[in-house]
Amino acid sequence: MSRLETRFAELKQQGRAALVTFVTAGDPDYDTSLQILKGLPAAGADVIELGMPFTDPMADGPAIQLANLRALAGKQNMRKTLQMVREFREDDSTTPLVLMGYFNPIHHYGVPRFVEDALAAGVDGLIVVDLPPEHNEDLCDPAQAAGIDFIRLTTPTTDDQRLPVVLNGSSGFVYYVSVAGVTGAGSATLEHVEEAVARLKRHTDLPVCVGFGIRTPEQAAAIARLTDGVVVGSALIDQIASAKSSEEAVEGVLGLCREISAGVRTARG
Amino acid sequence: MTSYRNGPDSRGLFGQFGGQYVAETLMPLIHELAAEYEKAKQDPEFAKELAYFQRDYIGRPSPLYFAERLTEFCGGAKIYLKREELNHTGAHKINNCIGQILLARRMGKQRIIAETGAGMHGVATATVAARFGMQCVIYMGTTDIDRQQANVFRMKLLGAEVIPVTAGTGTLKDAMNEALRDWVTNVDSTFYLIGTVAGPHPYPAMVRDFQAVIGKETRDQLQAQEGRLPDSLVACIGGGSNAMGLFHPFLDDASVKIVGVEAAGYGIETGKHAASLNGGEPGVLHGNRTFLLQDDDGQIIDAHSISAGLDYPGIGPEHAWLHDIGRVEYTSITDQEALDAFHQCCRLEGIIPALESSHALAEVFKRAPKLPKDHLMVVNLSGRGDKDMQTVMHHFAEQEERI
Repeated sequence: MSRLETRFAELKQQGRAALVTFVTAGDPDYDTSLQILKGLPAAGADVIELGMPFTDPMADGPAIQLANLRALAGKQNMRKTLQMVREFREDDSTTPLVLMGYFNPIHHYGVPRFVEDALAAGVDGLIVVDLPPEHNEDLCDPAQAAGIDFIRLTTPTTDDQRLPVVLNGSSGFVYYVSVAGVTGAGSATLEHVEEAVARLKRHTDLPVCVGFGIRTPEQAAAIARLTDGVVVGSALIDQIASAKSSEEAVEGVLGLCREISAGVRTARG
Repeated sequence: MTSYRNGPDSRGLFGQFGGQYVAETLMPLIHELAAEYEKAKQDPEFAKELAYFQRDYIGRPSPLYFAERLTEFCGGAKIYLKREELNHTGAHKINNCIGQILLARRMGKQRIIAETGAGMHGVATATVAARFGMQCVIYMGTTDIDRQQANVFRMKLLGAEVIPVTAGTGTLKDAMNEALRDWVTNVDSTFYLIGTVAGPHPYPAMVRDFQAVIGKETRDQLQAQEGRLPDSLVACIGGGSNAMGLFHPFLDDASVKIVGVEAAGYGIETGKHAASLNGGEPGVLHGNRTFLLQDDDGQIIDAHSISAGLDYPGIGPEHAWLHDIGRVEYTSITDQEALDAFHQCCRLEGIIPALESSHALAEVFKRAPKLPKDHLMVVNLSGRGDKDMQTVMHHFAEQEERI
């Protein structure tokens, strides 16, 4: 079983949802970012999404745009992001780690080389925002052939007719983008999420994680009652943006992660 | 003979270029747009309406003008100017805007968004939005707002809201990112009116089709004036819509030499340029696979050109393909060469060209003198230069200071 399958199976047994955290690799610098990454599992992160920085994050709101710029200003690149995963894996062999970002830096690194290096570093899955199923052969097919999961985004605009196209070839889990918009913007109503998750469950057996606009332990708990996982990103990144020092950034992210994790863990209790 | 005019395939690919590389939120919209455009193409009513607005609102056909003084000056090829700068709003951009807004109306959309660099596409979009009574939001980088004040005012006069984009370097690529963000947020109400032959399928093909009126008219007009096809075509390229519009109807005429001119900025060797084909590599940005300016980590590099309309780090995917297969030759012209050509055109023909179009003219000045007098060369005068007064004055002042 893959790390993702194992983790979601464990959580199902425990009867709770996963907390999925997103931070951008190299934000605000390599060392701080690595410290955050290494601290996340103990702070309650069940699955880690690590952003691959890109100059033009078209689907992201201001918080993640700035995180990308901070990381790039600190000379983060694909080689260092994969290095960061290797260093994370030195002390953690169980927490699933998913790389998330846009296709161009992967394309430029070279797809065969990227798949090989990501696998060797200990990457479990990929979320590539601008690679819809129409372009499966670009990365999804070779990644899955090598044993890396390819996690799809589904959105409020993905209708019943299109849903099978999107889910076909998805693996790991399904990421439901609960609002049509960019990351960090408004949040969906619980009614909407409940309906959407029910609809997805009719089409797939994969775990469904819900993200976009989830910022507080209360919101996370409410979503955790309805689905298999809760994704939190911009709220964590805001902690880095407002920190005055490296220590403050690390403690800010991990502190909020602990609070949200407590919300998720007690949601169904 | 295989045709060069059948692309793209059903997935929006021209060879390995093009495609639909966008976030899932937008995929259903893009499929709907492609289907609706296919239907509109088959609808005689749509064609009739488009023809009406082309004639009575844009003022088409635009003249194909024999530039006698430029021809004398060069002393070689016979130079014709396709006068797109005489269109309503002063550039070729409106050809595409009229087409897309008719489509937006068919689709029941009430809100139009667009990105703009030099502001010409923004002005053309604001113009058609006013004409059709639609809400209009234009995204424009802050750097471009500074150098194109008059166009910003023009857009506001026409009732558009101009939203300054501070992200990145505040130029066209950042404006396009922001327009895409608006689109994913307002999917139900909004039509994204892309201004060039780039973006996800169907935009590159659709914008090309609406601009192809330039090449079709040129063909007929030159036939009437000279009784034959041109020997060469020259046009400038940022995203590449004016060039694709002129080139496309001639792609299968093997005798026609076709030249696209990229912006070399301070020179390609300096790294400060906007020449994606001559100084970039294949990659994926803004919905399509094409040539991009990027660093060794696949991060997009900011383009530089004196002309805001060419200041984009990518190029339409059909150009990338035509470059790849060698049907079109792509050259480049520096800021200084474009400025020199700008002055020559003002003084010799009494026509103030856009700095974008001045790149094409500069290429003509290089080629025409070496060609025989019976060589017919058509250059697309894609826009007028009124909008560039500030930039040119600023450049003059800088030069005088240096002297």
